[in-house]
Amino acid sequence: MGTQLSEIHEYLRWRKRFPTVWCAGCGDGTIMGAILRAIHDLQMPQDSIAFISGIGCSSRMPIYLDFNTLHTTHGRALPFATGVKLVRPDMNVIVVSGDGDALAIGGNHFIHTCRRNIDITMVLINNSIYGMTGGQVAPTTPIGAIAHTMPYGNIDPPFDAVELSLAAGATFVARSTTYNIIQTTNYIKKALQHKGFSFVEIISQCPVLYGRLNGMPDPVDMLLWQKEVAVPLSKAKKMSPEELEGKITTGIFRDEIRPEYTEQVYALSEKLQEKSED
Amino acid sequence: MALNRTTSDGHPVRFVQGNEAVVLGALHSGCRFFGGYPITPSTEIAEGMARELPKVGGVFIQMEDEIASIASIIGASAAGAKSMTATSGPGFSLMQENLGFAYITQLPIVIVNVQRGGPSTGLPTKLAQSDTMQARWGTHGDYTAVVLAASSVQESYEATIRAFELAEKLSTPVIVLLDELIGHMREKLILRMKKDIKEIRRPFPKVPPEWYFPYDIPNDYTAHPAPFGEGFRYSITGLVHDRTGFPTSVPSEVIERLDALREKIITHRKEIWNWKEYEVTDAKYLIVAYGSAARAARGAVAILRKKRIKAGFLELKSIWPFPDGPLMSAAKQAKYVFVAENNMGQLIHAVRENIRHTINVIPINRYDGHPLEPEQIVYFIKEEVYGHSTV
Ligand code: SF4
Repeated sequence: MGTQLSEIHEYLRWRKRFPTVWCAGCGDGTIMGAILRAIHDLQMPQDSIAFISGIGCSSRMPIYLDFNTLHTTHGRALPFATGVKLVRPDMNVIVVSGDGDALAIGGNHFIHTCRRNIDITMVLINNSIYGMTGGQVAPTTPIGAIAHTMPYGNIDPPFDAVELSLAAGATFVARSTTYNIIQTTNYIKKALQHKGFSFVEIISQCPVLYGRLNGMPDPVDMLLWQKEVAVPLSKAKKMSPEELEGKITTGIFRDEIRPEYTEQVYALSEKLQEKSED
Repeated sequence: MALNRTTSDGHPVRFVQGNEAVVLGALHSGCRFFGGYPITPSTEIAEGMARELPKVGGVFIQMEDEIASIASIIGASAAGAKSMTATSGPGFSLMQENLGFAYITQLPIVIVNVQRGGPSTGLPTKLAQSDTMQARWGTHGDYTAVVLAASSVQESYEATIRAFELAEKLSTPVIVLLDELIGHMREKLILRMKKDIKEIRRPFPKVPPEWYFPYDIPNDYTAHPAPFGEGFRYSITGLVHDRTGFPTSVPSEVIERLDALREKIITHRKEIWNWKEYEVTDAKYLIVAYGSAARAARGAVAILRKKRIKAGFLELKSIWPFPDGPLMSAAKQAKYVFVAENNMGQLIHAVRENIRHTINVIPINRYDGHPLEPEQIVYFIKEEVYGHSTV
């Protein structure tokens, strides 16, 4: 663990701004560590990374990190990132988003960025609730769960972010949990290496709000819950819909190559420029 | 773009729409990124950029909505590109939140709003000037806007070039207000020669990354955040931030930041102001207007002068920060100031704020989707001169 900590350390801003805004036991820090380990393992130069987020607990992440960081408006990280990537195709553009940020207010941007297959890596931290504003229902809150704006139990059917991204055309799609952080790190690594839009959903924990409102106030309870409900894709394929009720499938759902958007934009531009030179 | 000719001194001449003039102005300014969404009556700007940008190595992208459009151009600006979008009323409304983001983060962008009738979907194909105040106050929070205007095809071109210069110089969003009439009408446009275009670009940091504070407040209050990927790794956030770019809510730092953002615009106001005077020296009756209303005002002055009525006209080519100096000087002899607008009365508030109380400020408004006509303005002024109109 000691070496792993020092690996992460070099990616934190030198005027270290700690403590973070995150509560003790929150999954955000664990996932930040996983992202940094993936970046470290891939030896990606810090100057080459644009780290972009929207608004929410997890979206505070870039502020602590020693990259080119852009903490934008609620739900809009992806279109900001699209602008950065199109101007600097050589940069590695990473977006971190919460479930409310990405799937509610930013839902339109999410599906369209998947569709374009632009070379951006998106890490979705799904804690099933709005954390920063104090525990309101999210488009990922399970039916029946309690939130401050669903005090009698949630009646809003949730999204499955993986299904959504697959349908919208993302070319790399994976899901993991903070419990299985080694797997999470590996998926992020694969996503970072993928050419095209790569999407990793990580089931995370908000013990302070989601946990407390739903009988799991201890972060350990939440991690054990993740362990219990996570089913690897290979195993899930052999299970019936009834058996999969309340479970969360993890694994790599898609890993394929399709024309990448930025390359297409620049190929067209080169062709037109050659033409005008003739 | 037909009718390609040149003036005797070699300037290319075109016969184009105001919207096409915006495209040419943007390209001549070195704009290399356009993120947009179709909306009448601004769409020709997006179409022109889609055609032309790839030919010069630039990027055009049609985003999923106007919120994404402005987000994409701010991202492009953070990466160092001169970037712009164009829209109209409803789209401009959707852009307001991120407009504030560009302002607080000091990332230069240009937004062209080809105004149409509102509220809501309103009159999509008809002109209005009813976003005059939205351009000033539209985004939430205290905000000091830089807004330019144009009343002809030539001015649409010039205003776009000026918008890029000011955006890069002040590292702030600059808005160009056109209206449906100006955007869609065709007139002669004389282009600048390549040698006459001095491309203004935000300065690159002069210190090594270790000494770099992106949001230091220098004497002219203007921070120029370094482009991404150049070795200056720092934080950009829409939260109020200190000189490193890290969020702060320390009261003294908050005041310092918000003051600096305003002072930046205010100290450069004389550079931003742009206006033209017509017969104001002895004008007892002064008209103030911008955009398509200015065309009617010019006509009205000509008619009134023929009738020996001492009318003058102050045309505003920049609106915010309000050119109070030029107004004061043009209104020196005025007993009446008429504010002619294609709306229910917006610019008039700024005129009233600034004018001496001994001068009558009188609104002349039209908001049926049609342009003001010189005769209408003449009618209102004659009512004041003779107590009733004889037209
Ligand atoms: S409120 Fe929840 S999601 Fe937010 S920091 Fe605290 S534990 Fe994490």
